[in-house]
Amino acid sequence: MAEAALDDFRRETRRWLEMNCPPEMRTPPKSADDVAWGGRRFEPSSQAQADWLRIMGERGWTVPDWPTEYGGGGLAPAEAKVLKQEMAALGCRTPLYSFGISMLGPALLKYGTEAQKKEHLPKIARGEIRWCQGYSEPNAGSDLASLATRAEDKGDHFLVNGQKVWTSYADKADMIFCLVRTDTSSKQGGISFLLFDMESPGVSTKPILLISGNSPFCETFFDDVKVPKENVVGEINKGWNVAKYLLGHEREMISGMGLRASEQSLPERALAHLGAEADGRLDDPMLRARIAAFEVRAAAFQAMSERFIDMLKAGKADPAQPSMMKYYGTELNKDRHELMMAAGGADALEWDSGRSHGGVAARSWLRTKANSIEGGTSEIQLNIIAKRILNLPGA
Amino acid sequence: MPMYWNEDQDMLADSARPFIAGNAPVSHMRALRDAGDSHGFSPDVWRQFAEMGFTGILAGEADDGLGLGHVEAGIVLEEIGRNLTPSPFLSTAVGAVTALNMAGDHIRQRWMPGIVAGESVAALAFEETTRHRPHRVAATATKSGNGFRLDGAKQFVAHGHVADVLLVTARSSGDESDRDGITLFAVPRDTDGVTADADRLADASMAARVMFDGVEVDGDAVVGEVGRGADVLDRVLGAVRTGAAAELVGVANGAADMTTAYLRERKQFGQIIGSFQALQHRAAHLYCEMEVARAAVLKAQQALDEGDPEAERHVHVAKAMAGNSAALAVQEAVQMHGGIGMTDEYDVGFYMKRQRVLAEMFGDADYHADRLARLSGY
Repeated sequence: MAEAALDDFRRETRRWLEMNCPPEMRTPPKSADDVAWGGRRFEPSSQAQADWLRIMGERGWTVPDWPTEYGGGGLAPAEAKVLKQEMAALGCRTPLYSFGISMLGPALLKYGTEAQKKEHLPKIARGEIRWCQGYSEPNAGSDLASLATRAEDKGDHFLVNGQKVWTSYADKADMIFCLVRTDTSSKQGGISFLLFDMESPGVSTKPILLISGNSPFCETFFDDVKVPKENVVGEINKGWNVAKYLLGHEREMISGMGLRASEQSLPERALAHLGAEADGRLDDPMLRARIAAFEVRAAAFQAMSERFIDMLKAGKADPAQPSMMKYYGTELNKDRHELMMAAGGADALEWDSGRSHGGVAARSWLRTKANSIEGGTSEIQLNIIAKRILNLPGA
Repeated sequence: MPMYWNEDQDMLADSARPFIAGNAPVSHMRALRDAGDSHGFSPDVWRQFAEMGFTGILAGEADDGLGLGHVEAGIVLEEIGRNLTPSPFLSTAVGAVTALNMAGDHIRQRWMPGIVAGESVAALAFEETTRHRPHRVAATATKSGNGFRLDGAKQFVAHGHVADVLLVTARSSGDESDRDGITLFAVPRDTDGVTADADRLADASMAARVMFDGVEVDGDAVVGEVGRGADVLDRVLGAVRTGAAAELVGVANGAADMTTAYLRERKQFGQIIGSFQALQHRAAHLYCEMEVARAAVLKAQQALDEGDPEAERHVHVAKAMAGNSAALAVQEAVQMHGGIGMTDEYDVGFYMKRQRVLAEMFGDADYHADRLARLSGY
């Protein structure tokens, strides 16, 4: 796209955002609960939040680079980047957090039938349907393809029986994209990718209490759940390809957690809790050095993320590159929160006081420990990098 | 600017890669070292660099240069790093050219043609202490007639003993650590009172301790403004730090490529050692660190080329990240090669030595992390 046209787009976008983004949506979320996930049972935390989601959804800018016929903004990669930059410049909140956007959408765009795209994508874009992911099982973690949840062919429908685990927000989701076994004679070649409603008879969920004291994940049980045949994405028994493609997008999303700016940067938190010496240096030389070394890696990873996105959009990224982003981003995020705890000192240890906003520092720190487990562990990512990028032989 | 090379940059890399690997591979560096070469690089190779246009990458078209940027200079430097090519490219075609681009016509026209033609070499005489403290300048510039008299001592001056021109920081006013009062001079090495004693460093490169003893220079030798030399110095430092970072990316990738190749062929316990997960994970982790460093370096190069006001931050990040990732690369390389990695006969040790020199040059990772922290207000 010509520079001049892009400059025009930037000006128009800035003006539109200034006119349409409610002032309350130009400040960071007040807590982890203060973000919009949409769905049938969505309860906005403010009118501004509801308005912002509606306005952006109508314009397709919750998913700027999806085609307009599926509810997207139809923007070229360069335009989508400009939109992102202008939203960041104005401090606009992300209007919608959604596994539909970050995971299912890309998979449907690549593997879905026209009817599936028309049915599901616009509802994802507008935040009308909230999705969850049925991948892991009690005996299928890192070895995901050993999953055992069974979908029996009953002619016009499948009958699904089994159990999933670590299903993020299953208790709040409307629909699930789910890996099921349709053939027991082949491991990866017997998996299908199914979509179904969480309100279907036979579906039940049970939140899991985690070390953070929160329950973002659930156990999900399927007991004779009837699923129409047309809800298979891709071909029957070829769901593993869809699953892997989606995992690439999931890994990208998780790697971005290392970049997500919280209300307070690490140096800011350290200065606020520990104070500075007369010359402005943090009054704790060892911690200052550790923070400075961390900030170098964080800034470098920020550059890597920009490069990865640019390369991805230009078709230049290695297919295994999301593994590298996932590995590095999540390890970095864990390091960040270890330092955040050190920077907060004893204050950061409080678990439910008002002063600590309900122990947000400690709970966030504990939450990040899942980053290098969910979506494929760090060790799995390293296996993938070693084999696919470095061409090292299998053991 | 997207964060990858454009077509012209891909083409430059496609020509620089075989050219440098063909004309100045690691065996070239080894041959110079074994011959006890004290010049520090091959003038023939330097002239070939000029024929390829490399020497004029950062020079303007008025000076017969290519008018390109730090991304392009970095493409050449990465190959210099990968091949461990002894070359005055960083001090001359990056450091001196950046300074001369900010200098008056007289001084620019005096030195630029020789540099672009591959006939002249420049050295950067900035360091007075064993650690990088570029604004701590005790060397003095005293008014004398129409010009100045320079007195002082500099060290770690790469190519200082063979350079045609030395870029020297000296203090024309102020206290030792003041930013104001530094003046930058371009001094011909053959000026009376200049003595340069070269020592061989761990990586077989040559660096000089340069004495300035009552050196008389005229006012035309000043680069930039009297007392405001730090403005030029900082630009030069931005360029050479980024350049050194690009060279480190090349060093890291050269060492890592040798190592993954070795992992794919070496057998122990009846198996290719690259099939052991303990080694696979270390190699994969190293790959990630190097890719992140590459992105950080590209970010700094683009920021310098675009005149980004945040460029200084990006340069600190690039030099620190490239230094650390290259340190990991060469250490893993020697360890994973096992005993053969400890031998002089095998090339991998050369990468370790070069990394150490480049990591120290123009500030190590700790220096740059500290500067980044200062810029961020803590």
